Amino acid sequence: MANLNNLTLAEARDGLSRGDYTAVELAEAHIRAIEDASRLNTFITVTSEIALERAKASDIRRENKEALGSMDGIPIAVKDLFCTEGVQTTAGSHILEGFTPTYESTVTQNLRDAGAVMLGKTNMDEFAMGSANITSYFGTVKNPWSADDGKDRVPGGSSGGSAAAVSGHLAIAAIGSDTGGSIRQPASFAGIVGMKPTYGRCSRWGMVAFASSLDQAGPMTRTVRDAAIMLNDMAGFDMKDSTSVAQNIPDFESAITGSIKGLRVGIPAEYRSDGLSDELSKLWMRGVELLKEAGAEPVEISLPHTKYALPTYYIVAPAEASSNLARYDGVRYGLRVPGDSLDEMYENTRAAGFGEEVRRRIMIGTYVLSAGYYDAYYVKAMKLRTLILSDFKRAFEGVDIMLTPTAPNSAFPIGELMDDPIQMYLNDIFTVPASLAGLPAISLPAGLSDEGLPLGLHLISKPFDEETLFRVGGVLESSLEFNAEPSFLRGLS
Amino acid sequence: MDKTTVKDIAKLARIKITGDEVERLADDLTNIFDWIEQLKEVDTDNIEPMTSVIDMVMPSRIDEVNDGNDVDRVLQNAPNRPADGQNFYTVPKVIE
Repeated sequence: MANLNNLTLAEARDGLSRGDYTAVELAEAHIRAIEDASRLNTFITVTSEIALERAKASDIRRENKEALGSMDGIPIAVKDLFCTEGVQTTAGSHILEGFTPTYESTVTQNLRDAGAVMLGKTNMDEFAMGSANITSYFGTVKNPWSADDGKDRVPGGSSGGSAAAVSGHLAIAAIGSDTGGSIRQPASFAGIVGMKPTYGRCSRWGMVAFASSLDQAGPMTRTVRDAAIMLNDMAGFDMKDSTSVAQNIPDFESAITGSIKGLRVGIPAEYRSDGLSDELSKLWMRGVELLKEAGAEPVEISLPHTKYALPTYYIVAPAEASSNLARYDGVRYGLRVPGDSLDEMYENTRAAGFGEEVRRRIMIGTYVLSAGYYDAYYVKAMKLRTLILSDFKRAFEGVDIMLTPTAPNSAFPIGELMDDPIQMYLNDIFTVPASLAGLPAISLPAGLSDEGLPLGLHLISKPFDEETLFRVGGVLESSLEFNAEPSFLRGLS
Repeated sequence: MDKTTVKDIAKLARIKITGDEVERLADDLTNIFDWIEQLKEVDTDNIEPMTSVIDMVMPSRIDEVNDGNDVDRVLQNAPNRPADGQNFYTVPKVIE
């Protein structure tokens, strides 16, 4: 029997339907792997009992010839940002420690209805604010990849636990969420595939809100095909989220045709910033060459407002966060720290419950929304957002897809970049523009840095054209032939 | 950004901050807003602020009760829930 921890989602689907192994065997193999990998601190809550129960139900369905589809019996990890009925949901924050939702988020419900088996809730940056998974109240996650210097690496963030779980073969796939790069950047750091769908594809209902106009759930997997399969069962219109879109959901997997002849691939000049490292620059150009060899036509394009995307994001996202996080007041759920007055109770609770980065972003958001500054900051940022979106619209008149690097660097050692918030924010420099424009994008592992750490390439497509993303992603993936494994799997760390 | 402003914002945000933290936040926020200042280079006089990334009509439904009367579930995570089984959230006294 194949090693059940090394299967891709597509392989596991086919193996389950052939009867090579059962969903219970798959779940057990992954639960064991999670137990053995506790030093990576990937999960906040492991739900072994739920996993075995759902796996058993899946096996019974299959025996009765009532199997549900591709996800039936597949063991997955869920970012602890998604509310799960009866299972603690913390968003990586002390303020939600012990919070047990009485309802299920739409995205996790959709996957549950499709037969997926939840292994547990993954660690993440607190309230999804971070690029290294170092702001979690539940501790830093370690990247399964390490370099020769023996220093533990961050897994990226905010979906760092999900990325590490998939990379370390603790789960076949994981749900992540992406606000400014929180699926794609950790995917790049952990050498896996991470995909952010078009804003509105997946319902946000039951997802702990960070910045509502940007937040989007998406799949994190080891192959492009697996991401396509998983997205099919995550996406869909939901009456409970007024920003979810009633768009037809195509069969994303069948979009992976292997042919990209005649497609025009935009290469944004502005992404070639001065700071871009040689190794990343080479990797990017190799990606361009490979797509060209496969029959696509590279086209130099311009997105003139690229450099303003990150500062724009750091007005919009904290503004929305400061409103969304106003609900954590110690009254109805979560942590409460007593005070003599109601206001004092609020202030004590929020001081103790939120970590440093979350407090900082709430402060930024409160300031940019406060009387006298609203027009200068918030409205200004929303105007910039219009300009950034129109850059993309104009460029997409001439190209079908864009290729860029995912992140400006590979995974850095835990403890670095901690002193200067702006240095940390720069991790999302290549992912934030597509977020602000609501566009679908995917990161796939493309090569190794000089230090032997994974680097990702990033494709961006038109709104609701995830099919082109998967199609080009599939071709790029097979021509890149990335097959390196993290040191953790080689038993080296 | 001076310390008074930082204290004012913290008050608005209902977050208690103390001595050292005021200073550190003042420095951090000053750096972040200095960096954000570059947006001023862009002329946005005739640009409409974005309201939504996707052109869409807000979906609507018939306005009818489809949920509710679920006190236990609503109060399940409430801190300091009264022991006598009363269905309230408890807070410090607001009116003397």
